[in-house]
Amino acid sequence: MNDLPAQRDVGARIGEPVRHESAHLHVSGRAMYLDDIELPPSTLHAAFGISRVAHARIKCIDLSDVLAIPGVVAVATAQDVPGENNYGGIVHDDPIFAEGLVQYAGQPLFAVAATSMTVARKAALKAKIEYEELPAILEIRSAIAAGSFVIPSQLLARGRARESLADAAHRLQGTMTVGGQDHFYLEGQIAIALPGEDGTLHVHASTQHPTEVQNVIAHALALPAHAIVVQCRRMGGGFGGKESQPALIAAAACVLARKTNRPIKLRLERDADMLITGKRHGFIADYDVGFDDTGRITAFAVMLASNCGYSADLSGPVNDRALCHIDNAYYIENIEILNHRCKTHTVSNTAFRGFGGPQGMLAIEQAIDDIARTLQLDPLTVRRRNYYGAAPRDVTPYGQYVEDNILERLTDDLEKTSRYHARRAEIVRWNAANSVIKRGIAFTPVKFGISFNATVFNQAGALVHIYTDGSVLLNHGGTEMGQGLYTKVAQVVAHEFGLPLSAVRTSATDTSKVPNTSATAASSGADLNGKAAQAACQTLRARLIEHACKTHDVEPHDVHFVDGAVQIGRERMTFAQLVQSAYQARIPLSATGFYATPKIHWDRSRLNGRPFFYFAYGVAVSEVAVDTLTGETQLTRVDILHDVGESLNPAIDRGQIEGGFLQGVGWLTNEELWWNAKGELKTHAPSTYKIPSVRDWPRHANVRILDEAPNPEDTIHRSKAVGEPPLMLAISTLHAIRDAIAACGAAGAIPDLAAPATPESVLRAISSLLPSGEGARRADEGKA
Amino acid sequence: MSGTPANAIRFLLDGDVVEVADVAPTTTVLEWLREHRHRTGTKEGCAEGDCGACTVVLGEVAHEIDGGRGAAVTDGGERMRYRAINACIRFLPTIDGKELVTVESLIDGDALHPVQQAMVDCHASQCGFCTPGFVMSLFALYQQQDNTNRAHVVDALAGNLCRCTGYRPIIDAGCAMANYPAPQRWSRAQGQDVAHIDALHALRRERALEIPGFVAPRNLDELAQTLRAQPDALLLAGGTDVGLWVTKHLRELPTLVYLGEVRELQNVETRADGVLRIGAAVPLTDAWSAIVARVPALTELAQRFASPPVRNSGTLVGNIANGSPIGDAMPALIALGATVELRRGDATRGLPLEALYLDYMKKDLARDEFVVAVDVPTPSAATHVACYKLSKRIDQDISAVCAAFAVEVENERIVAARLAFGGMAAIPARAQHAEAALIGHAFDIASFDLAAQSLGDDFKPLSDMRASAAYRLQGAQNLLRRFHREHATRQALRTYSAEVSP
Repeated sequence: MNDLPAQRDVGARIGEPVRHESAHLHVSGRAMYLDDIELPPSTLHAAFGISRVAHARIKCIDLSDVLAIPGVVAVATAQDVPGENNYGGIVHDDPIFAEGLVQYAGQPLFAVAATSMTVARKAALKAKIEYEELPAILEIRSAIAAGSFVIPSQLLARGRARESLADAAHRLQGTMTVGGQDHFYLEGQIAIALPGEDGTLHVHASTQHPTEVQNVIAHALALPAHAIVVQCRRMGGGFGGKESQPALIAAAACVLARKTNRPIKLRLERDADMLITGKRHGFIADYDVGFDDTGRITAFAVMLASNCGYSADLSGPVNDRALCHIDNAYYIENIEILNHRCKTHTVSNTAFRGFGGPQGMLAIEQAIDDIARTLQLDPLTVRRRNYYGAAPRDVTPYGQYVEDNILERLTDDLEKTSRYHARRAEIVRWNAANSVIKRGIAFTPVKFGISFNATVFNQAGALVHIYTDGSVLLNHGGTEMGQGLYTKVAQVVAHEFGLPLSAVRTSATDTSKVPNTSATAASSGADLNGKAAQAACQTLRARLIEHACKTHDVEPHDVHFVDGAVQIGRERMTFAQLVQSAYQARIPLSATGFYATPKIHWDRSRLNGRPFFYFAYGVAVSEVAVDTLTGETQLTRVDILHDVGESLNPAIDRGQIEGGFLQGVGWLTNEELWWNAKGELKTHAPSTYKIPSVRDWPRHANVRILDEAPNPEDTIHRSKAVGEPPLMLAISTLHAIRDAIAACGAAGAIPDLAAPATPESVLRAISSLLPSGEGARRADEGKA
Repeated sequence: MSGTPANAIRFLLDGDVVEVADVAPTTTVLEWLREHRHRTGTKEGCAEGDCGACTVVLGEVAHEIDGGRGAAVTDGGERMRYRAINACIRFLPTIDGKELVTVESLIDGDALHPVQQAMVDCHASQCGFCTPGFVMSLFALYQQQDNTNRAHVVDALAGNLCRCTGYRPIIDAGCAMANYPAPQRWSRAQGQDVAHIDALHALRRERALEIPGFVAPRNLDELAQTLRAQPDALLLAGGTDVGLWVTKHLRELPTLVYLGEVRELQNVETRADGVLRIGAAVPLTDAWSAIVARVPALTELAQRFASPPVRNSGTLVGNIANGSPIGDAMPALIALGATVELRRGDATRGLPLEALYLDYMKKDLARDEFVVAVDVPTPSAATHVACYKLSKRIDQDISAVCAAFAVEVENERIVAARLAFGGMAAIPARAQHAEAALIGHAFDIASFDLAAQSLGDDFKPLSDMRASAAYRLQGAQNLLRRFHREHATRQALRTYSAEVSP
């Protein structure tokens, strides 16, 4: 049926800035999140008991005082897990409840079920745990020194990096340091387990990955997958934090539900959420770069190491993506990257928007900035000189050709529209005249590969029902976390049938409707599920067309779905009438759709192939002001030009661009995860962990979606993925701060700025550029 | 116990009087809404008043002189005043006699309120979890402010976190909401205000609300007697700290003695000697507005002090009496030479504010003694005043360092200096050595450099998650330099004073 002509008659709903399908529910408080579901009176509320030490052998867990608290009904430990005590998806090294050994402060040891959440939380604190403390490795360098890795190190090499470095006209070394990031989804992790008949469980989980939750529960309870239904209507934010982590929450709830045979709700309050669940990986990169007089890189050697925390979780793929994005927009002929996946006794780090890509990019962007400062060239000039271009400068270190490069077009446009050069000249004048407040500007590009690196995950399914009144119910494997996926896919479906959007409803993502789904991750939600839903619609449309051809004696091209009606030859009927007629003729009005991304392949062991169907691009210019007395910074202006292909919904896409950008700014400036010497995370609530607030959105912001840039690949309506790439536009902000700091030093000075660029980090970088040190700071100034 | 009106909490919700008996006094408004009433539009994001997902609005009868939008609508000079608060840390008994407005209250049939419609039209929600809180903060602004601009919106939303949007569309919605036709249900027209005022008057009590574990004295003598009789009772004002003892620390609290109904503690008054007296129950919002009117140099501090919902619940005296080494009110008030009036039984005494603090969380305050008011003198025209706050985020962050300076200059010589710091020691404290380095010297950079160096003798700050000891000291030193420079050049020397390339 795919040989039918594409639905072209109604294009209006594709590319329209349609509002989020739940917007009216969000603003009125009527959108239901898991915590809002009214539960049976027999429901118990659960809380985790967690480790207070970073690394220890557990000598004894005594829960008698926990059970003695009035209202406590049950506890569960590793002994209560009938199947596999694990929620690690790749390497099975993530116990649901620690057994014998604790490996981070915050690790769940047991769970309590009680008549209220408060009782459960209070009771959990009554546990008597005896530890035999062991030495803890808490950061990357110590882990490397100790050879402590969650999975083996990887080497990606092309050309002759070492020899070329030795031969380079110029050569410099540096270190990039970037911290992790808490997801800080506003809705914390939560799961509800409802025991059903015959040992089955119906589970509500706030998850980007219902299928993994289903599988982990099945393995933990030693049940077949068909006994578990996992459902998620919406999340209050995900950002990658609800990809692998929800399986822990849901599995613990299910173990308790199984033990008590009562409904269990397990909601992590904010501190528990931040202590227990994984975050973005902090990275370091020690680089050695060779370049010519023009700033073009001739060789790049990097030791790239990440803090994976105590277990593998998704650290393998995260680091693979870092490796695949260390080139960012630049052709690097001779390259050698040694990548360590360090094991530390901290929470196991996980997926977070960008998934290693941003950390890889930071390494090359900093090296390029260093080159520009060394040669006293405009960093944008050096960036452009290194951009991917025509053959042979069009192949990535991992062997994929950059066939869809639009960097020159984007850069030309934004360089001009942002008045980059004029503003830089003006900033140079300002900095010459002002000693305390320095300004900085930076232009950085993004090239981000779209598709899961692991080819297998690039598949999706959808289920579409047409009811006899002509209304359409859509279900697909993608989850809604605020990114507007349900809206976009519903637009695709409405378009296929020429229906108004109101005729299409999306039901909660549900493992019993569409099975074996991939995580809604890697920015791929609309690409995969849009295509799968379209395929289901095309099946149904073909059946309806075939039926119409029979009843009206016309050819398929005489049948058009337009404006809620169907034009059949010269006759017009409502969509509902055609559907009713098809029903009478016993035509099936339900279909599944399936999609598998074409063209991609990836050799994980050789780090080679075409992992990405295409690239998404973007460019940004940030301007900042830096107070050189205090290290305080302010983003004063940003200009963004971003590529979303042909936008399915420009309002939603703009939301992703702006939101992703500011989230990236938070990561690189305010948001600091801070552990004490014992390995306890002390920033586990918004009082101490500072995500951007409303005043951090710059007053001057020019955000544009690139026009007339259809995806050359056959994606859903030629759109491009938009979830992750804009986050990396925030690198421009970090580099603008770097630029302002550099203005404090002599010409050619290279700031040593660690991210996040908190006031303290900035002031440290400034102080290191000044000869006099902190005490005599600027004693000669201010004699005005 | 039975729910007779004398011992049931009563408040207005959607036009109805709600009576709640048989709840623990530490039940939060959020807990009551979600768990007791299954009214789940209001969300819990952090349970500490830092994310704003739980924002609701409280309506109270205010008097014309209280400031804010609009004229009085009754002969008694009254009007309704609506303010956003954090439901997650506000105890239910403290909304007795008030009107509670939640996100569910705004919709009229299927018609969205202008705030809600603007949020929809501007694409201002993504995951939607924070949205009810934003809606309520904007609703409070809508009620208070006729013509909202970007600055109003940004100020009003400083206590609401959104992780999805980047805020731009929410700011747009806030700026656009006034352009929508006025709603029926929440008309700001006079008649409706009068109805609300009448309904709240009907809730006025003859006797104090008394529920087990909660007492709300009506006057100062009652309060003093209550504390004498129950010296282990806990004073409760806005609860923006005490609330966390319950939600975060899971503590069982002793009897709560609530200050919010004590008549004499409600006032801000100017004494004959020009000193501003701020009563112990005055919310931070009103306290700062009175102080800033006299000391404009504290405008930025007032704006950056916690967030609007916290300032609407919390009190200035609560911040002082709590006496955290990182509280932001103390440095400014100490620098201005504020004093506190303490009362114990029938006895009162005065104390310079800095003398209240003895050691980490230890105060010169007897168990049954309480702070009646803080007296804030107005600085002389010859006194240069500034207050600076260093934190990772501009809005709603706890200071790594908060510094306040009041330096009196005569003939270009410094004749008096009060330099007060938070975040530098176990208590909010003056920098004695640095002050000595200034007094009697010229108002020039050499003096301030010397003072900066002396800070090392005054303070040995801690390293923690907010900043290292080294940064705190260097930052504090450089704030002295900033102060000199700003006053020498009469120009703000701040990141926001940098030009932006057009």
